[in-house]
Amino acid sequence: MAAVTCRGLLKEIRIAKGSDYRNTLVYKYVLEQFRRNQVTGAQLCRARMEALHAARTYLCLLTSTRLHLRLHERYHGRGERAPEVVAGLVGLRLPTQPGGKGWET
Amino acid sequence: MLRNICRHHRQFGQVIWPFAFPQAQYVPSLSTHLQKASYASATTERKKFYENVSISQGEGGLFEINLDKRKLKTPGGKLFTVPNEALAIAVATEWDVQKDTLKFYTMHLTTLCNTALDNPTQRTKGQMISAALKFLETDTICYRVEEPPGLVELQRNEWDPVMNWIEERYSVVIGSSASIMGPQIPEETKETFCQHLNSYNFWSLTGLEYVITQLKSLVLSFGLIDRHLSVEQAVLLSRLEEEYQIQRWGNVEWVHDYDMYELRARTAAGAMFVHLSSESTAVKRKILQD
Repeated sequence: MAAVTCRGLLKEIRIAKGSDYRNTLVYKYVLEQFRRNQVTGAQLCRARMEALHAARTYLCLLTSTRLHLRLHERYHGRGERAPEVVAGLVGLRLPTQPGGKGWET
Repeated sequence: MLRNICRHHRQFGQVIWPFAFPQAQYVPSLSTHLQKASYASATTERKKFYENVSISQGEGGLFEINLDKRKLKTPGGKLFTVPNEALAIAVATEWDVQKDTLKFYTMHLTTLCNTALDNPTQRTKGQMISAALKFLETDTICYRVEEPPGLVELQRNEWDPVMNWIEERYSVVIGSSASIMGPQIPEETKETFCQHLNSYNFWSLTGLEYVITQLKSLVLSFGLIDRHLSVEQAVLLSRLEEEYQIQRWGNVEWVHDYDMYELRARTAAGAMFVHLSSESTAVKRKILQD
């Protein structure tokens, strides 16, 4: 369980950062935290379970922000088309009124 | 039945539909550039103006974020300081992973820290505690439906264990109801929760209020903060009726998945914020004696 979380976190950091992900602060911090909680004398170590829960929460944060941004870019990233372009889609043109529209002063 | 929902999410959550263009090959045309530019304003998107992000420890043991050579400041103009290193690293990572444009709506931890530092609406601890207790009366877990029978059973199977857990852990009585008026919360319950909430500091209460607002439930927020539930489980329980309808009628990616990921991101950020603001680490070295 801890190994899966650790691998997932490092993968997320690699996706987010790119090439030199090993030099980032967060990579070193995550590895240090996992190493520190590995050795424990007790069978049910509370600090270890709390750290694991925190790690899973952070993994959920990274994954869901990335996927949310991906969905946003894919579906809601572009705005609306201008009215002239919309008319042009069906082969029409908006009329030009040199005197301005009726409600404009 | 909930296991089916989880399996459905695991299997189909990552599928890319064949007719959606993959990210790497998408070539935006000129018109989309113009449309994107017209929708970006100074409040939602800015160009990335720094290269490196680092943290440093200032006076009082508080950590600051440095963007290139400049120190990060809150929207209120104050210097951005956080009490511990882990939160500083997480915020620095949020700024570090931005590419080309800064998308402030993805930087949840930064937003939470700004709210806690600036306190623009002048909230006090007492106000936040009373608002949270008031929310208990309209808690999601307490409101049950009477039909359709599949949803009734799902609510009973999934929400009852959480209700039993919180009643046992805090020795309170909350109960659930199917009427429009909701459950009657006894005064001792509110007293117990009030005392418990008073033990959190201001930053943790800010985060907790955020989580309660996102999950629409005090019971689920406590379950998450007390590490009884994971973020995915808490979000699933909060959206139980929606998940039931998705299982019945199908999933619409650009609404359901979008909302679910956004809710997960915000809840995870809030939970992390509460945990990091309320913990303190101490290293005790044990010397082996042979």
